[in-house]
Amino acid sequence: MSKTIETIEELLAHVQVMEREAYECYLDLAEQMEVHNNHEVAELFNKLAEDEKKHLGYVEARVGDSEIPHIAPWDLKNFDDSGLNMTGAREVHYMMLPYHALKLALRAEKKAVAFFADVTGASKDPEVRDLAAEFEKEEQHHIELINEWLGKVVRPEDDWDEDPDPPVQPT
Amino acid sequence: MTNKKNNQASLSIAITGSGGAGVITAGNMLLEAAARAGLYGLFMRSSGPQIRGGEAAAMIRLAAQPLNAPGEIFDILIAIDWHNIDRFAIELPLSPDSLVIADPAQGAVPDVITASGARVVELPMKDMAKATPKVRANMIALGAVASLIGLPGDVVDGILEKVLKKRAAEALESSRTGIALGVQAATQFEFGRPLQMPPLADQPRWMISGNEAAGMGAVRGGVRFVAAYPITPATEVLEWLSPNLKKVGGALIQAEDELASINMIIGASYGGTPSLTATSGPGLALMLESIGLAVASEVPIVIVDVMRGGPSTGIPTKSEQSDLNIAVLGLHGDAPHIVVAPTTVGDCLFTTQWAVHLAEALQVPAIVLSDQLLGQTRAIIDEPADPGFVSQRCVAEAGISDYHRYALGGGGVSPMAIPGGAGGQYTADGLEHNEIGNPSSQVADHISQSAKRSDKISEYDYGDHWAEIEGEGELAVITWGSTTGVTREALKALAQKGHNVRLIAPRLLAPARPELMAQALTGVTRALVLELSHSAQFYHYLKGYYDLPCPVASYCRSGPLPYRAAELAAEIEKWSAS
Amino acid sequence: MNVESTTPALTARDYKSTVKPVWCPGCGDYSVLSSLTKAFAELALPPEDVAVISGIGCSSRIPAYLNTYGFHGVHGRATALATGLKLSRPDLTVLITGGDGDGFSIGGNHFLHACRRNVDMTYIVMDNRVYGMTKGQPSPTTEPDWDSALAPGGTGLRPFNPLVIALASGANFIARSFAGDPNGTARVIAQAIKHPGFSFIEVLSPCVTFRPDQREWKTKAHAAPVDATEDIGRAAKRLMTDDGFNTGILYIGNREPFCLSDSGAAKKPADIETQFLV
Repeated sequence: MSKTIETIEELLAHVQVMEREAYECYLDLAEQMEVHNNHEVAELFNKLAEDEKKHLGYVEARVGDSEIPHIAPWDLKNFDDSGLNMTGAREVHYMMLPYHALKLALRAEKKAVAFFADVTGASKDPEVRDLAAEFEKEEQHHIELINEWLGKVVRPEDDWDEDPDPPVQPT
Repeated sequence: MTNKKNNQASLSIAITGSGGAGVITAGNMLLEAAARAGLYGLFMRSSGPQIRGGEAAAMIRLAAQPLNAPGEIFDILIAIDWHNIDRFAIELPLSPDSLVIADPAQGAVPDVITASGARVVELPMKDMAKATPKVRANMIALGAVASLIGLPGDVVDGILEKVLKKRAAEALESSRTGIALGVQAATQFEFGRPLQMPPLADQPRWMISGNEAAGMGAVRGGVRFVAAYPITPATEVLEWLSPNLKKVGGALIQAEDELASINMIIGASYGGTPSLTATSGPGLALMLESIGLAVASEVPIVIVDVMRGGPSTGIPTKSEQSDLNIAVLGLHGDAPHIVVAPTTVGDCLFTTQWAVHLAEALQVPAIVLSDQLLGQTRAIIDEPADPGFVSQRCVAEAGISDYHRYALGGGGVSPMAIPGGAGGQYTADGLEHNEIGNPSSQVADHISQSAKRSDKISEYDYGDHWAEIEGEGELAVITWGSTTGVTREALKALAQKGHNVRLIAPRLLAPARPELMAQALTGVTRALVLELSHSAQFYHYLKGYYDLPCPVASYCRSGPLPYRAAELAAEIEKWSAS
Repeated sequence: MNVESTTPALTARDYKSTVKPVWCPGCGDYSVLSSLTKAFAELALPPEDVAVISGIGCSSRIPAYLNTYGFHGVHGRATALATGLKLSRPDLTVLITGGDGDGFSIGGNHFLHACRRNVDMTYIVMDNRVYGMTKGQPSPTTEPDWDSALAPGGTGLRPFNPLVIALASGANFIARSFAGDPNGTARVIAQAIKHPGFSFIEVLSPCVTFRPDQREWKTKAHAAPVDATEDIGRAAKRLMTDDGFNTGILYIGNREPFCLSDSGAAKKPADIETQFLV
């Protein structure tokens, strides 16, 4: 299996998986925030999920009826999924602020940009490079929006994650 | 008790010996020969702690009518040797009417034997065996005893053939020779009260131990998976089940401990297979937490507890009725479940089969309280009819939608989805849950699910099987488990003296049936509770959970010695006169 | 070793139930949950043919979050429960999920025998080196100097090495994964399920609440520098000298899985009763 993406179908297959992962990840985070009574951030994640859903829709429309290969999540080429990886991410906290959520989203978008930049750089097929460039531009636009948003939200204080109550033993 | 007057004659025979003498083999053969001759009987055994070569006593009681208790005194005691006989002396009561056959080569007859005043005769088994090649003392003993009690020679020979058919021809020949030597020698002993051989049975008879019967009951009931850990005196249940389950398409596996056993059968039952384990007191104690899991998640399982002397390691090879508390009350939380107890060796089959049926029908654990006395006694019984209790689990249909595993209503039993059924996916849980099965700590859910688990077993109609109720009278004796048989015999003796006492022996111990018990005690002015437990567990259980309409007294003691009818008859008389 | 990628009928999300997890945001178990659903989807396992068995602990709550059959049992006994289920229902795909306390402390004995028995199941332990649900006590895999209320200054005890124990006891597939790599974890889960016999995966799954120091696992976890070995001696040496953060399949065995033998045509109970006839 080649290490680079060489066909439109393969690229679309990758993008589909990536967008779906992002969408579901934001949905899961929104749900986690709801369960932990952090409704402001839940709403924010839901909004981010909505955006991803739109992109996913766009990609699926792009795919249309064409045959695209099925890619197992672990077979994604050159995709660094640490952007969306919540495990151990400093910002992910039941008391996280919109600022943190946006930082998370920003990191994810940057990884996506890197992915597409990689394709435009390494792929031998011009059509593929063009499509990748298109997606890259789209992602850059997201980054701008998120940065704008970031500018508007409250910056966390030093004690943003201080909870006077100790942990509870549920079961 | 030999009571020639009423033709209720029974004979008790003991064969003792050690170091490879083969007394248990001889005892088994004697029982089987008697069975073929149309007699009923019981065979109990006692042995030292050695794995092999220890002292052993084979104790057989035979009669023309069914027996469910040991006799009062041994009519014949034949001792191949006297090693460590002190260990058993208390289990071998003798009287001046007894005949002791001793081998002079084994030295003087011990005081503990002669003190009874029994008549002693000599049979030089050791020398006789030595004189003829390959002849063994236990066959000489068997021959002597068989002829003294009146067993026809061809019946004994038939058993020899059956038992030895897989061995070399000379083994059969030498055994025949041994038997013949014993028969010949016995002609010089006066015994004078052989049993009258009854007419041949008109229906088939079985020879079976309580442990085997429990296994057979499980198989009849539909059990097809067993996971278990060996423990005295329950291991024979497993030894019987292992090959026999396989024959009916089931399987037994040995687990690493009782904690694994109980969880394995929960897993197998969750997957749809009626499952069972067998253990004794210490093992049941280990299993309690997970039995509670089966209660909470409503998974049917059956646990056979062959009770032994407690507490803790206790007396593994002897019987007691002291696991009642733990069986009925040992689960943490409010954890209603079923506890049943067989009353005789043959009843081990019915009760275990019934337990499987109840567990499956009510989706609940059922504990069967057998004991060493029933489990390791081999009895000759009438072939048991099949009551037709087969597991009938209420299973959710495949392709179901919006499935609620613990739905309320329907008498408390909700259809159980079996893995593989589409749409029925649920997570069984020890956590309290709502009707769907999702964990819940809500007040309403705990109340309604507690009621579901309790009502489904308390509102079930158990029918007449809940207890054995016999006889009439203002006085009643209440007992359970293995004490039932010997109590029956005691009451029969009292009835012959004109004292009529009612017997109530519940088979269903949990859930408690206060109304049924009150009904059974209608017209009773006083009741006496009998049990083999130092702390009178059953008496206190009755007082706590039943509305007893009359004054109730208790007679109890610990094991290891089983009750004999005369002891109970005397206690009942004493109490009735007080 | 390739896992076939057939186009699945269900997506990963279809394997999630409607029950919302209560784990702390940032918990590694979210990632493992996601990995499980991805593995099931890629293997196209019908949800009704899968059973996930767990004990007690944060990670043991997983069965309720899945749309498969499940059993949330008592502490430490999940491997036994799963064994009874799989032996009597070999048609099901059976997984066991739980934590390090549940699996190696109270469950230690059953862990040994599950590896030894080698029944075809997959055991996933989410190892966070702490008892999270009961608010932070040391577990058998906790570092000896980790300070806690029940063991001030640390237990001073050498941590349990589950992969070595699994190898010595007879597990047929041994792997380690990191929750910070959900796709990698998904792949190893799929491979473990497909491999016959008892498959054991230790997933390093950080506890954000009681082990915030485990954030550094992100930098410590790394792919094992060598391929999986089938040589048990080599595997033993590697696992004994492992730094605890090597991820990947570390050992692949070829032991025949244990299952109940087919006893042929079954007799009826009435047929076997004849053995008691006098």
